[in-house]
Amino acid sequence: MTGWRHDSAGMVDRDRPLSFTFDGQPCTGFAGDTLASALLAGGPRILGRSFKYHRPRGLWGMGGEEPNAILDVTENGRTLPNVRATTMVLRDGMALRSVNAAPDAARDRLGLIDLAQRFLPAGFYYKTFMALGWMRWEPMIRRMAGLGVLDADHHPPADAPSMTAEIDLLVIGAGPAGLAAARAAARAGRAVWLVDEAAEPGGALRWRGGEIDGAPWQAFARDSCQAVTAAGGRVLTDTVLWGAFDHGMFAAWERRADRPDRHWRLRAREVILAAGAIERPLWFANNDLPGVMSSEAALHYLALYGAVAGRRIVIGCAGDAPYATAAALAAAGCQVTLVDARSETPPAPEGVTLRRAARITRAHGHREVGAVTVEGVHLDCDTVLVSGGFTPSVHLHCQAGGKLDFDPRTDALIPRPGSAPLLTVGAACGAFGLAAALAGGHVAGGGAGPAPAASGAVWGIAPSRPDPKARGRVWIDPQNDVTLKDVKLAAQEGYRSVEHLKRYTTLGMATDQGRSANFAGLAAMAALTGQTIPETGTTTYRPPFTPVPLSVIGGMRRGEGFAPPRRLRLEAQHRALGARFREYGGWLRPAHYGTDEAKAAQAEARTARQTAGLYDASPLGKIEVLGPGAAELLDFCGYVRMSTLKPGRARYGFMLSETGIVFDDGVVLRLAEDRFIVSASSGHVGSVRMILEEARQDRFDPARVVLHDVTAQWTTLTATGPASRALLGGAGIDLPDLPHMGVAETRWQGVPLRIARVSFTGDASWELSVPARHGAALQAALETARAGHGACWVGLEAVMILRAEKGFILVGKDTDGITMPQDLGWGGPRDRRQDEYFGRRSLFTPEAMRPDRRQLVGLETSGAPLPTGAHVLASDGPRRSAGFVTSSCHSPTLDRPVALAMIEGGRSRIGQEVTVFHLGTLSTARITDACALDPEGARLHG
Amino acid sequence: MQRFSCPFCGLRDETEFHFAAEAGKHRPEPAPEVSDADWADYLFGNDAPRGPAREVWVHLTCGEFFVMTRDTVTREVLGSAALPGRSQ
Repeated sequence: MTGWRHDSAGMVDRDRPLSFTFDGQPCTGFAGDTLASALLAGGPRILGRSFKYHRPRGLWGMGGEEPNAILDVTENGRTLPNVRATTMVLRDGMALRSVNAAPDAARDRLGLIDLAQRFLPAGFYYKTFMALGWMRWEPMIRRMAGLGVLDADHHPPADAPSMTAEIDLLVIGAGPAGLAAARAAARAGRAVWLVDEAAEPGGALRWRGGEIDGAPWQAFARDSCQAVTAAGGRVLTDTVLWGAFDHGMFAAWERRADRPDRHWRLRAREVILAAGAIERPLWFANNDLPGVMSSEAALHYLALYGAVAGRRIVIGCAGDAPYATAAALAAAGCQVTLVDARSETPPAPEGVTLRRAARITRAHGHREVGAVTVEGVHLDCDTVLVSGGFTPSVHLHCQAGGKLDFDPRTDALIPRPGSAPLLTVGAACGAFGLAAALAGGHVAGGGAGPAPAASGAVWGIAPSRPDPKARGRVWIDPQNDVTLKDVKLAAQEGYRSVEHLKRYTTLGMATDQGRSANFAGLAAMAALTGQTIPETGTTTYRPPFTPVPLSVIGGMRRGEGFAPPRRLRLEAQHRALGARFREYGGWLRPAHYGTDEAKAAQAEARTARQTAGLYDASPLGKIEVLGPGAAELLDFCGYVRMSTLKPGRARYGFMLSETGIVFDDGVVLRLAEDRFIVSASSGHVGSVRMILEEARQDRFDPARVVLHDVTAQWTTLTATGPASRALLGGAGIDLPDLPHMGVAETRWQGVPLRIARVSFTGDASWELSVPARHGAALQAALETARAGHGACWVGLEAVMILRAEKGFILVGKDTDGITMPQDLGWGGPRDRRQDEYFGRRSLFTPEAMRPDRRQLVGLETSGAPLPTGAHVLASDGPRRSAGFVTSSCHSPTLDRPVALAMIEGGRSRIGQEVTVFHLGTLSTARITDACALDPEGARLHG
Repeated sequence: MQRFSCPFCGLRDETEFHFAAEAGKHRPEPAPEVSDADWADYLFGNDAPRGPAREVWVHLTCGEFFVMTRDTVTREVLGSAALPGRSQ
């Protein structure tokens, strides 16, 4: 422990100490601390182990750029993995655990790996273990590397609301530039949203301080926020803009204390990006030792939290920015040596030893830094602060499609004006220094008159670069353990494009997105290849800017909130009868009645065959096709012609896709010359309607035919079985004299009633449809009559048995993505139709004509039902699959298993014995017709 | 998230739309006169231009198909119109 807490500096509440643990060791902090500031002031220095070499690592930065201090945080029994210590507020009782270390960060066993570093260059694991069977070694390698541990019991609630907003002007970042822009625009009457990831507006002013227009900066910040609110705008703090998307959309994650976080989709007419800049490290040997920190971060921790990084401090730099840090630390009582690479520098701050034209070349220390070498001179110290310049935060500019230009004055890549639909100001475009930031923001916000005034010149910066000839191990990307040597290796092996460099070494691919590493990596590559920085280029910036919890992006769209099942109008009635519900094709429907599924489904299917069964068929699609062009439209869209159907009759047909594949099947009812109802499968209603719509609008005259999906407007209850006619009579329903496949529109108790004699069970069936609001009355009437006829309600599992006995298919279960109608025994229309229809040409391709296409057949076995998915083996040649079981169950009526299967050339093999293979076991079966029960169809007329 | 303009409903989020086809494709027919190659080209061959493209989209919420011209590189929507012969 080298860091310490200053007596008075900072804004933590010293009257409210908080206790927490780090790797089991008790620590204390104060209310107002972040995890990082509390650990810096009173915790251990080693906060984790590095990704690959298991090197000890400590705190580096102050925000989302933090590459090292990543912790698993347990609070109230819940563990949140991979939290940046810099961005989470400390609460009493938190337990922090270091990541990628066993048993803990201080005593990590795998620290030995670092001794072998010479043999572990970039790509080592892939190069070595690919030849030795990667799959075998991968689990071990994965265990050795990585981040935090997921808590399998952690199910965060799906409670983050998704918000959307249309904004006139969005200002990203509430530092001096953002505040000035927002204030200027708000004063001009514009509604501005000012968004910042910190808890308070102010940006670097919060730790650097300063006077604006002759008053403390806080007055300026307050005034700006008030102006924004007064003009109808909004100030969102604790909110990270994490991505720029198409057509001007931005996504933001708003963290809220004691309330669910919120996710924002913001669309703004204009956007000003004032995201600031992030400090770069310096590149000397062992620059990753704990105790080597960002200079700006040290000032941040001192000013905001009174957390001081050390006592004997060396600051390495080549610019003016760290002079403020040096002055503040000296005033706090530290012994400070400033090592500036420039020979012309500002004067040394009071109490600071300044060494000009000097560089740190090596840090010394085993577990943490204890000394540095400066120009060959050994210098004892306990902390090294570094500032290698600043990298503007241009991520959102680049995500929005913007390009970058190299600015030699600031030694940084800055946004090219006009290359993205947003305006970048302040440090994000290289305007380092308070006055420059304020002026840029003021102009961007359309400010009239002079910009807010502040003293202080633009910071002087001399370029700092990794020296390719440097000795020792120089870290470029600490989070992914990429060293200068790895960059050299990449250059040597020809991976010279930055995109190749990134993928070969993983430079910048860690969760810090290489915020502090990317520039150094590309600068090193530029130096090694003798190219300029613009020639070397940058990698692509992609969202998210900061890791965002998936629970925030997903919001409430999880489980039923993601895909809400559709519910039956009569769900309560079915539940009262003991129904157990399950999802079928997006609908929650009764699977069976009673508790024992296997027995219930068998019993229901048996009763439905012996007397009668009742089931709720309301989810069956009902698309009305109306108008003089209706028949023509259905003829084109369907495989079976419907124009020849007489009113009052129904016909079974298919809808194909244009590739000839069976897309849906169902019955079409013709109620009048110009009025049809298409009964699409319940899960296909929307897509069937779209196929019909596309043809209606793009091929036919849309004035002659219209479509209307009325599925939800009707409740359909089906009675099936030999006693169903009597049962319906008992329920007071006058059955007209209808043949099989007859349809009638009539009335029941004054209510419209449509009766269709179509059957999905092979028994005489009546489909009764009433307007949905009268469904309960119909259900009650049927339920009253039910017992007297020995009938029962049947769930979908029993219906599946009944249809499988008859060989009736379920599209998507018994068919797949290559099934054509002729494979199902429906070759007639293909052979006979002369008119054009959807998918027609595809039924005559060489593929469609193959004699060995898989065809629908039945399989007869004794014993247990065949497993669905079991393979039927080819009868000759080497063992291979000639097809598979698509549906299988025990038939209570036949008292034997029945199965449907798709088998190559199956129709011509009826009667043959085949071998069925499933999970290593073989059995035999006999190919039969798909229909196992009542092949003559006598029961239909029951 | 992109925003497209339905000629009937106006500007809406892309989640309300579905791509249907490249505009200007003609369905070769009658089937007996169409070669396998021509049919395969109709089913699977697309120009997929880099830059301005004319495409048929459907606005799922109103069910209307329409022609949209958009730039596939910049994602700029250059215009949308009802299908030929349809009034808006």
